[in-house]
Amino acid sequence: MSTTAEHAEHPKFLAHHFYTPGQQADSAKLGMWLFLGQELLFFSGLFLAYATYRFFYPDTFLEAHHHLSVPMGGFNTVVLITSSLTMALAVRAAQTSNQKKLIWNLVATIAFACVFLVVKYFEYSAKFHHGFLPGKFYTGHGIEGLPHLFFGIYFVMTGLHGLHVIAGIGVLIWILMRSKRGDFSAEYFTPVENVGLYWHLVDLIWIFLFPLLYLVK
Amino acid sequence: MSTEVITDSTVDAPGHAEENYLQSGKGVLSWLFTLDHKRIGLMYLVSVLSFFLVGGLLAMVIRIELLTPEGNLAPEVYNRIFTLHGAAMIFVFLVPAIPASLGNFILPLMLGAKDVAFPRLNLLSFHIYLFGALFLVYAILTGGIDTGWTFYTPYSSSFASGSVIAALFGVFILGFSSILTGLNFIVTIHKMRAPGQTWYQMPLFLWAIYATSLIQVLATPVIAITVFLLMIERSLGIGIFDPAMGGDPVLFQHFFWFYSHPVVYLMVLPGFGVISELVAVHSRKNIFGYKAIAFSSVAISGIGFLIWGHHMFVSGQSEFAGILFSFLTFAVAIPTAIKVFSWVATMYKGSIAYTTPMCYVFTFLFLFAIGGLTGLFLATIAVDVHLHDTYFVVAHFHYVMVGGTLTAFLGGLHHWWPKMTGKMYNNKLGNLGAFLVFLGFNVTFMAQFVLGTRGMPRRYHTYLPEFQFWHVISTIGSFILAIAFFLILGYLMHSIFRGKKAPHNPWGGVSLEWETATPPITHNFHGQPIVTRGPYEFPEIEDVEPAKAHA
Repeated sequence: MSTTAEHAEHPKFLAHHFYTPGQQADSAKLGMWLFLGQELLFFSGLFLAYATYRFFYPDTFLEAHHHLSVPMGGFNTVVLITSSLTMALAVRAAQTSNQKKLIWNLVATIAFACVFLVVKYFEYSAKFHHGFLPGKFYTGHGIEGLPHLFFGIYFVMTGLHGLHVIAGIGVLIWILMRSKRGDFSAEYFTPVENVGLYWHLVDLIWIFLFPLLYLVK
Repeated sequence: MSTEVITDSTVDAPGHAEENYLQSGKGVLSWLFTLDHKRIGLMYLVSVLSFFLVGGLLAMVIRIELLTPEGNLAPEVYNRIFTLHGAAMIFVFLVPAIPASLGNFILPLMLGAKDVAFPRLNLLSFHIYLFGALFLVYAILTGGIDTGWTFYTPYSSSFASGSVIAALFGVFILGFSSILTGLNFIVTIHKMRAPGQTWYQMPLFLWAIYATSLIQVLATPVIAITVFLLMIERSLGIGIFDPAMGGDPVLFQHFFWFYSHPVVYLMVLPGFGVISELVAVHSRKNIFGYKAIAFSSVAISGIGFLIWGHHMFVSGQSEFAGILFSFLTFAVAIPTAIKVFSWVATMYKGSIAYTTPMCYVFTFLFLFAIGGLTGLFLATIAVDVHLHDTYFVVAHFHYVMVGGTLTAFLGGLHHWWPKMTGKMYNNKLGNLGAFLVFLGFNVTFMAQFVLGTRGMPRRYHTYLPEFQFWHVISTIGSFILAIAFFLILGYLMHSIFRGKKAPHNPWGGVSLEWETATPPITHNFHGQPIVTRGPYEFPEIEDVEPAKAHA
């Protein structure tokens, strides 16, 4: 990686089938955006299901959402937004070849992601305790209408989002290890940037999930 | 000339240049873990053809069963067989057939690139494909599925027996393979075109693959979430699609067709792309209406997202929605017709060679025109109410999927076979095969149009005696078709072992894939090819009509 010349020498990080680092970086970024596009379409099915049943059973949704904890959900929202900030700072650190800042921001992002999951665990436990479960497992009391549908949608949406958070922690750890190895610098930071894009999407989906599920009016 | 750099080294010294992609690396592992798009394409080709064989044999069982009004199979067995036929043909044959096999092989070559943008993702997508297909096989071995390939709820979620979850999981996994392929191709087309190759100098096959990839990336995640919800519904009973719990089974149909209608275009658009190549090269004429064909691919892909409701005219959606869906379905006929007219106009006054690929073009044009036009019958709401779920529908989509996609696939396979294997097949046997496909196909499915209009419902294993005549005709046709496919398999296999060595450029094509060695070298090209002319500007045209070429 001693050279910045694009044609004369092939930098170590440049795959054989690309001609310039710019071509490689552009390709990776376009690929990532397309991947995010398909992620959105993936979640769109759930948002549509949510909209359909909220339209069918508005009273159930209003009634059932009171049993979700707004403080916990709100806290998690703050946690995820903050993690997005540390992620953005990590990308910036990679762009400016600030090794130490890059590593610490990645560690912070991973820590926030774990906090999110821990809070989610307590939320889920409370639902299990009260029997507010999906479909035929619903044993709760005190909610009129069809609360099993609401909790079905709640668990599928937040569960799939949670899986994305776990996957996010996985790729963040991978990026952290590569950062420690010194793979990234101002010349080459595409993987950091792409993981950042993914992490912002995970954050963004939660920003929609929170009001839709917790703040029904 | 467009590529002086390359022609120097490959034509002058074909013998001792560089070893070709088939020779570099020996052993099964060198194939299974290769990053070379050509080898991955070839592995896809073998896989999809294997599943085509499985799906085809299941179809033969169906046709034999339908020889007599009473039938011999138990109804449950029959249901499993037609479901597996549909699921195998759609999810593991038609969807990956052209893009993942021919596309993988040809796309980087046409772009003058060394590989696709993400070679490792490409390999991953193949491994995911195998893994997903494994689940389908597992589902077959552990009781099969009898829901039809459409998995309609609440039957599939609450009542059907068998390995529905395993099959659904297979579909879920296969979807990711398809998404990754599409993503890879879009990025490759955007970022890896050779210098001088503008969008309008790309071969039309690439425009078609581009439009296909858009569908793969944007529609497939919706089927993923749909089958995911259905798996949860079936295993945990969350009630989303279960009317007994307040869920809406029609919502499943909306979800399902939001993917499964665009997937029809996902399957047929690459076929359009193949035909655009074949018709120009084998008629020795510049393609008629390049931009019209290119943009109609994108238009079909776009409108294709908005017409899923025409599968649901009788499922209780609002009448207004029905009218809109009907109108938009008619609209998709416009870009499709633009393509067909352009292909026919390309042939006009061309120097048509009766090669095997060209025979498949004729087959395609004839069969696809019937398939497309009968689609308009079904887009008409009043007519659809009468024809819905009859053999008319079965015949219609077989004309499009087999008559369109499969014949285009076979045409493309014959067109690029010399490039892929370095061997020539017997042209006479090839033409005979194409003719038998044409004959057998028409006998099989024309009879089913008649059955459908007379009220024979689809998916029934018994029927009224008055339908028997047409069922027998259809079964006879299916045997002709089977003979044709085994003939094709036979002479293609023969060509690999005994075939003549293929010349460098057997059809005189001028797109970049013909500029490299046959079979191509591992890195595709020596140096970077530079494009200075269109993909259909054959040298003899420039000589005859210099004025027109400049205008």
